[in-house]
Amino acid sequence: MTDSMAKLLKVGSLLLLLVLALLFPFIAGNSTYVTIAIFAFGFAAAATGWNVFSGYTGYIALGHAAYYGIGGYTLAILCQHWHIAGGWIPFLLVPLAGLVAAVFSVPLGAIALRTRRHTFVVVTIATFFILQLMSYNLRGLTNGSSGIDFPLITDWGINIPGISFADFYVLPFYYVALALTLVALAVSWFVRNSKFGLGLLAIRDDEDRALGLGVRTGPSKLFAFVISAFFAGAAGALLSYYIGGVQPTFTFDALFDVAIALMVFFGGIGTLAGPILGALVLESVQKYSATVFTQGGGGVYLIIYGALFLVVVLLLPQGVIPSLSILWNKYVLRRIEPTDAAEDTSAGTPGAGPVGDRLPRVNEGASA
Amino acid sequence: MNVLEVANVSKSYGGIVALNGCSLNVAEGQIAGLIGPNGSGKTTLFNVMTGYEKVDGGTVTFAGRPITNAKPDTIFGMGVGRTFQLTRIFPRLTVIENMHVAVQRQGMLGLLSRWSSSGEHQRALELLDFVGISRLKSLPAGNLSYGQKKLLEFAFILIANPKVILLDEPAGGVNPAMINVLAGRIRELNRQGITFLVVEHNMEFVMNLCHHVTVMHRGTPIAAGRPAEVRQNPAVLEAYLGD
Amino acid sequence: MSLILDAVITGILTGGVYALMASGLTLVFGVMDIINIAQGALVILGAYLSFVLQQQFHLDLFLGLVITLPAMFILGVIIYVLFIRPLKHDRTMLSILVTFAIALIIEGVLTIVFHTNTRQIQSPYVTQSFQIGDFYLSYIYVFGFLLSAVLLGALYLLLYRTKFGQGLRASMQNRTAAELIGINVDRVSAYTFGIGVALAAAGGMAFGATTAFVPGSHYDLISRLLAIIVFAGMGSLGGALIAAEAMLIVENVTAVVWSPVWSSTVFFVLLVAILILRPQGLLGKLEGRKQ
Repeated sequence: MTDSMAKLLKVGSLLLLLVLALLFPFIAGNSTYVTIAIFAFGFAAAATGWNVFSGYTGYIALGHAAYYGIGGYTLAILCQHWHIAGGWIPFLLVPLAGLVAAVFSVPLGAIALRTRRHTFVVVTIATFFILQLMSYNLRGLTNGSSGIDFPLITDWGINIPGISFADFYVLPFYYVALALTLVALAVSWFVRNSKFGLGLLAIRDDEDRALGLGVRTGPSKLFAFVISAFFAGAAGALLSYYIGGVQPTFTFDALFDVAIALMVFFGGIGTLAGPILGALVLESVQKYSATVFTQGGGGVYLIIYGALFLVVVLLLPQGVIPSLSILWNKYVLRRIEPTDAAEDTSAGTPGAGPVGDRLPRVNEGASA
Repeated sequence: MNVLEVANVSKSYGGIVALNGCSLNVAEGQIAGLIGPNGSGKTTLFNVMTGYEKVDGGTVTFAGRPITNAKPDTIFGMGVGRTFQLTRIFPRLTVIENMHVAVQRQGMLGLLSRWSSSGEHQRALELLDFVGISRLKSLPAGNLSYGQKKLLEFAFILIANPKVILLDEPAGGVNPAMINVLAGRIRELNRQGITFLVVEHNMEFVMNLCHHVTVMHRGTPIAAGRPAEVRQNPAVLEAYLGD
Repeated sequence: MSLILDAVITGILTGGVYALMASGLTLVFGVMDIINIAQGALVILGAYLSFVLQQQFHLDLFLGLVITLPAMFILGVIIYVLFIRPLKHDRTMLSILVTFAIALIIEGVLTIVFHTNTRQIQSPYVTQSFQIGDFYLSYIYVFGFLLSAVLLGALYLLLYRTKFGQGLRASMQNRTAAELIGINVDRVSAYTFGIGVALAAAGGMAFGATTAFVPGSHYDLISRLLAIIVFAGMGSLGGALIAAEAMLIVENVTAVVWSPVWSSTVFFVLLVAILILRPQGLLGKLEGRKQ
């Protein structure tokens, strides 16, 4: 297969996927499935954003539920204070909610990023609990444990013959969630191909070496952190609006971070499509099983979630997409060096190269 | 003229003295060698020269400017590149991506541009070709063999156009044929004006390559001179064979 | 004034229990470089076990520990062997996710068995109290504190007076070197994990007798325990004791002088403050190169 053919195939299949995503509500034909898809894409956007920081830098942040919560609360508070009626306007405020979350993430990220590795993880978890407590305690702003309701949507102002209000209701949410995911994907792609993103990946592999080579590690990490907080916040705003209200217990949800991390690990941490794949698969499974396993006060559901996580981390630590690309690398290597090197390239285990060496065979003019 | 000057530098870890009033000059345009038994302080000297460790006392100067205890990135930015004994490449980045890590010192806006369309990209490819690993450019660097990793680290230092390169055991674990290629590359770069300081255990490699050799023992130089002179020096033999 | 004194005494006594729970976390972190996010859930599991033994079998709370401690020790070893030992790459980060998953499973099981009703361990220790000055203190606070002190003392003897402790401390300092001098680090790790979980069980008994709990209480608990060990400096046992005492005293005093609503927030504000001043925590060492 030539390169241009491969490229054409790639672009073609991506366009096909996009068309499928655009037509999905009409293919599904059932608002229950569309509802699941709204959550799947909302989480896909958040997971893609999380991956820009945690996937690229290797710093696992487990406090992004805080930014999800801030996003949700921001939108709810804005709607309440500005007396915004239910409808299209709150959608326009979703980016603003993301921005507020991003602003919060600047000092919180700066503090957390003073530490590394496990301490960093612990500090991010702590920031989440601080903000959850705030949402309980700052009653004047958040209305304490009763939370805030979004304005009811009674009319979209559009009537399409043949589509009932109930069926139409989910459509705006679906397309905004899809758009948010596409924006997150574009940002992730852009970062991945930029010098800035390369610096992030270098940080993941060897932070001190990267710093020694002139990568601005501090600002880079913070910037990536802020980007990821933005998408968590925007997703929080959108999904909270769909749910219809915010509350400390479920808007600041400790499970959010487990969910996001699981999705990204499942799909492939540090990859472009991995988080989206993970979110679409797992959020669908999760929403479905939540409707099936209702007994036991959600206990069964927690066990399934935990078990799934164990299976992914223990049996598929690389994720689906990297596992495939490792196979591809092995194939490419076998094509380049058909005889000797292929068995040496223990792919996926960095630093496992053999001691001793072969002369590269290409490289004419070596002795010039 | 000396491009690097180490004057009276001391460094100890707890009770262990790694550098003991060590002084060393590297003349511009030279390929200088640094040899000595294990634990004689060669790598520690590299570390203090490149900012990876702080000195307890003494000064380090680069091109007349003090760089004592400066940060690694500052020193690298001034034009001193180094490799590590155990290579420190970025194993999960591809070979070509590794090449672009060392050219990040632009303004914040420049960082948002694509690395693959940057001005350095052509040069990155040329340098990979120069060290002979360009055909591996899209593989994860962690998949390279030990010697290929050494070549990659060498190449990604070169892209930042350093004036001086410190090589920590460039030939260690590399097969003999490739060692000759490497020596040829170093000479070629040296002709273009890059100064080298090389730590190496492979005596033949050092004696053939270097213009000037310094012998370290117990944290301080005990002999220096042209390779042939150093080879004859009884103090050197004693350092290697004694204790 | 006497209210503040009351708060300080309660803080000291409950701080001891938190020190016990945090020491298990710190010990496991020190030896294996992993953070056991399930520690909170294991504490709650311990609380439920004590609750059942007391409620169903009318076993004395402290006598019940003779059953729960070994049982939880074995559970800890099993968790280590099944889920921690198989992690080969990026163990530190992955272990956080794995133990989080274990916490969810424990929470799920507890939810199915006990539902989400609020429980508190009832026993004469809890209901009977004695007077100090002009306030009353339930016996369980004192006995819980004494239990923590005894177990922490035993832990000290284990670490500093036994061959196992020597191996454990060697593994804490340098895993590779410990392996080289013939210490079976894997076995030490398994036992350490077991001890950490057993300590959680003991802490759970004292916790469950002084605080009402539900299966989901582990989130709140682990967040406090994590705050304590970060505040202390990761891997520092002495630091964990000081941090647990300091934070619980501050929390209790805040509850009295300001508002109970804000007392837990103060807990975390202290954490943020120390991270700004000393990123390595109270008694921790700066983390070295990331490798």
